[in-house]
Order: sequence, then structure tokens, then C-alpha cells
Amino acid sequence: MACRQLWASRAASYLRISVFHRSFSNVLNDLKYADSHEWVKVDGNSATVGITDHAQDHLGEVVYVELPEVGATVTQGEGFGAAESVKATSDINSPVSGKVVEVNEKLTSSPALVNTSPYKDGWIIKVEMSDSGELNNLMDSEKYSKFCEEEDSNH
Amino acid sequence: MRGGLWQLGQSITRRLAHGDKKAVARRCFASEAELKKTVFHDFHVAHGGKMVPFAGWSMPIQYKDSIMDSTINCRENGSLFDVSHMCGLSLKGKDAAPFLEKLVIADVAGLAPGTGTLTVFTNEKGGAIDDSVITKVTDDHIYLVVNAGCRDKDLAHIEEHMKAFKAKGGDVSWHIHDERSLLALQGPLAAPVLQHLTKEDLSKLYFGEFRVLDINGSECFLTRTGYTGEDGFEISVPSEHGVDLAKAILEKSEGKVRLTGLGARDSLRLEAGLCLYGNDMEQHITPIEAGLTWAIGKRRRAEGGFLGADVILKQLEEGPKIRRVGFFSSGPPPRSHSEIQDEGGNNIGEITSGGFSPCLQKNIAMGYVKSGLHKAATKVKIIIRGKPNEGVVTKMPFVPTKYYKPS
Repeated sequence: MACRQLWASRAASYLRISVFHRSFSNVLNDLKYADSHEWVKVDGNSATVGITDHAQDHLGEVVYVELPEVGATVTQGEGFGAAESVKATSDINSPVSGKVVEVNEKLTSSPALVNTSPYKDGWIIKVEMSDSGELNNLMDSEKYSKFCEEEDSNH
Repeated sequence: MRGGLWQLGQSITRRLAHGDKKAVARRCFASEAELKKTVFHDFHVAHGGKMVPFAGWSMPIQYKDSIMDSTINCRENGSLFDVSHMCGLSLKGKDAAPFLEKLVIADVAGLAPGTGTLTVFTNEKGGAIDDSVITKVTDDHIYLVVNAGCRDKDLAHIEEHMKAFKAKGGDVSWHIHDERSLLALQGPLAAPVLQHLTKEDLSKLYFGEFRVLDINGSECFLTRTGYTGEDGFEISVPSEHGVDLAKAILEKSEGKVRLTGLGARDSLRLEAGLCLYGNDMEQHITPIEAGLTWAIGKRRRAEGGFLGADVILKQLEEGPKIRRVGFFSSGPPPRSHSEIQDEGGNNIGEITSGGFSPCLQKNIAMGYVKSGLHKAATKVKIIIRGKPNEGVVTKMPFVPTKYYKPS
């Protein structure tokens, strides 16, 4: 099992070879980004969370999204759900801490929304933030774009 | 399984976390330098192949097409796979068949020249050392292909037994075809496309049959077989002609036959209900448990004569304690090692392979359950990340096979 995990990790890393279909993934200016490739859009104390275009591009077609329950507590940097493609399972980490107040139930029947519309219809959870100061730990769009370029060139 | 130790498909668990990437990068760097390359390596990279380490080789997991699209295209049109990482060898000599019969469960002596079959190498406890397709070329020449991940142990196993066999006066020798490369051309367009490249009438070559013939100007070993459930061929080509042959196949199909990687290959063999050695078959799993009783020749069920025969023949008589079965399920796709429970929450087995079926657009899996709970339509729970998900036992293949057989 340990051996398989090593193989899995290696393959997962190699799957992050540069994007074939576009020279770069789409990045929106008014969002904040985590280094585990989730985005967050803040409106007052409310945060909407999804995975980035870069993440969905590397995952391939998503066939299932595991969603948390409304009321669940999420913690910045920790997993709250998972996205499954044909070949891989990917944890989704929360970019902010707080309480889940809404989940995108459309993803249960249409998980590929995460691929087709990662920043809009493919949003995953809405969180009532417990500490908006945590947003300072995240990247803006410019930093995130550079981060993705560096990551792709390293693999 | 002929696709090699494709554990990646079952056990890839990506964490898109920064820390993991650093650790992973270091490991990848170390392994990269040591990976072997097939003669197609540069061809793969030039065609957008994503290369990953696989059984010690640098192999394409995927090209520009998604794994979903590649899988579907194989069944609708065709796929060309590089399977050169698998090991081809020949056994020659008057006693080649009796020798091999000591090591595998097949009725080798009963094979007609020019025909082959899937078989299993067994250990002394009846467990599977590897699965292999063996082909009788002539009565004193057997050609076989073993899985990439099992090559070293298989060759050591064969060599050990060959020494003992020859010491007793047996006439057998071997040659490992490292001067050759292996392509798998699969799907409905496989035969029409390949027919353009050879003068021999391929409509007279049926599933499981073998020929040595000229293809695209070089002498190839051609077997009508594959590990996708589709009609198709495995082509052993002299390595120096391999890339030319791959190009010719792609050109003749006018783009419909697509280069396809190991990711789709794993989806295809799973849809076809075929075992992956290392997941669905291991040293402690017997062919009976794996559902390969059909591969034990009739004479051999009576006579035994292969390693572990006592265990296997006893299981034939009494029935095995566990059996490999297929599953449909809801929720997340099952992956290797997911626990299987009965409706009362009792453990009854484990998933060995699973994923989302591109052709069926639903979750499929295979695994082992206790005998008695293996009937189709039995309801189960599959535990994924601690949560139970509804599942049901089903017969395999999930997608019907289309082997070319005399009608």
C-alpha cells in the first residue's frame, strides 16, 4: 500500500504537466487564491469557494463532487470535500475558516460544472467566515498566475 | 493483466496542497533518471504524451485527448497503445510445452499451432505469480508475453525451473525478445486499418490466433487479442521499425485511430471485466478465486501437474472461499481497497479496482467477496472515506466484448 501511494504521488505530480489546450488557465482579478488551487470570493462576511480553472484542467473531467453538510465547520488549509475524475481523487481544501452555510447541490447531478464553469456555476460551498484576517494568507490573481506558471514549469 | 501494474488508476489520490508538491517533486526527480524508455518515447512526447513512471518505464498515461474521450474512441473507432514495456519471450525445444505446463494452468499441449490463450503462472500455493498470453507457434516453439511489473520475478521463476528441467534431460531453451517492441491496435477499425499494411487476409485470423507475417515491410508477430474487450491485435515489431509502423497505422486510419495511453487502457480493461495483476490478482489469489476457472484446461483439471495444483484442484472441488465479482455503485467512484459490507454493516470483502466508466457513465468496480454473497443483484455497501454507498453485485463484462470469432 505504501508503495502504491508513492506511485500515486508521482503520477499525480506528473499529471501536472503544462496545459495542452491553452497557454494559461483563466484567472479572475477579484478573487483570492490558495496554493492548493481553490479560489474564494468575499462579500462581507460571506465567502464563496470553488476550485480554480488550473485545478480543473489538471484533474480532467470531474465525475463526482463530494460535498460537506450545511453547518459543517471548515478550517483554512484543511479538506472539506473531494473531486473525482475518471482516474483520480483530489481533496478540496478550504481557503478560509468558518461555517458552511450553503452547498451547490447542482454539483450532485452535474459535477462537470466544475470543469465548464469553475468560477461561476461550478462554485462548491459558501462559508460564513470566522476570521477574515486569514484572507491575508492567500494570493491575489497576479501572484497566483505566477505561482501556477512556476508550478507547471517545475514538473 | 496484460496492461501491466497499472496501480496508478486505482490509487492516485491527489492533494493539491503545496507541501505535498515539494515532497513529490523530489521523488520524481530521483526516479526520472532511472526510467527505461521504449523506442516510441520521443514519438509519444512529440504527440503530446504525458509521460509517467510505470513499472520502471517512462510510459504515456494520456495524450491530448482526455481519458474519457480516449476510452470512448477506442470502442467507436480505435486506439493504438505502446505496450513495449511488457516482456515478450520465446521458449523453444521439443519439450517446451511440457516444461511450460509445469508452470501454467493452460493446456499447452492441446493448443493448435498458431493459437494462444490467456493463462496464469502459479506459485506452490496455487496463487497467481502473473497472468500471461501464451501462443503456440509450432509444437516446439511457444511465444508468450508477461506483464511489465512482473518481468523480473517471472524470468527468475522460469529460469530456475528451466535449470532443473534441463538437468533432468529436458529439451528447452529461451530467448527474450528485447530486440522487439509491442504495439496494441484495438477497436473496430483495427482490422480494416491493419489490412492496408499487410498482404495476408486478416479476416481469416480469429481471436486468439497468431501469425508471423510481413506488416509495413517488416516481419512481425501478430496475435489477434488485446486487453480492452475489443477486436484488435498485438503486434510485435522489430524495434527499428516500430515508429514507422505506428506512423503508418495512424496515417491509414486518417486520424480515427488515436494514440491512447495507459489511463484509458485501464478504463477499457475494467469495463471489459479483465484483471489487473497487482490489483485484482496477486500471489495470494488463485485463478479459481479470480474467476479464471475457464482457463484451466479440461485435461489439466484431471491431471494437475502445475505448481499449486493440489490447492487449485481442491478449490475446484469444494468451491473457493472468496470470489471476484463486479459492482455498480452510487456516490464517489470506488477505488482499490475500499471496504465492502453487507447490508447489515459486516465486512464481506474489498474492492480491487474501480472507477467511473466512460462508456456507461456510471461507477463500476470489481473486488472479492465471501462466497455465497457473490450472486448478481446482491446488495452491498461500499465504504469510501468512511461513508457507506449503495452498491450491487453484477456480472462482468460491464461493456460487452467484441472479439472476432468464427460465427
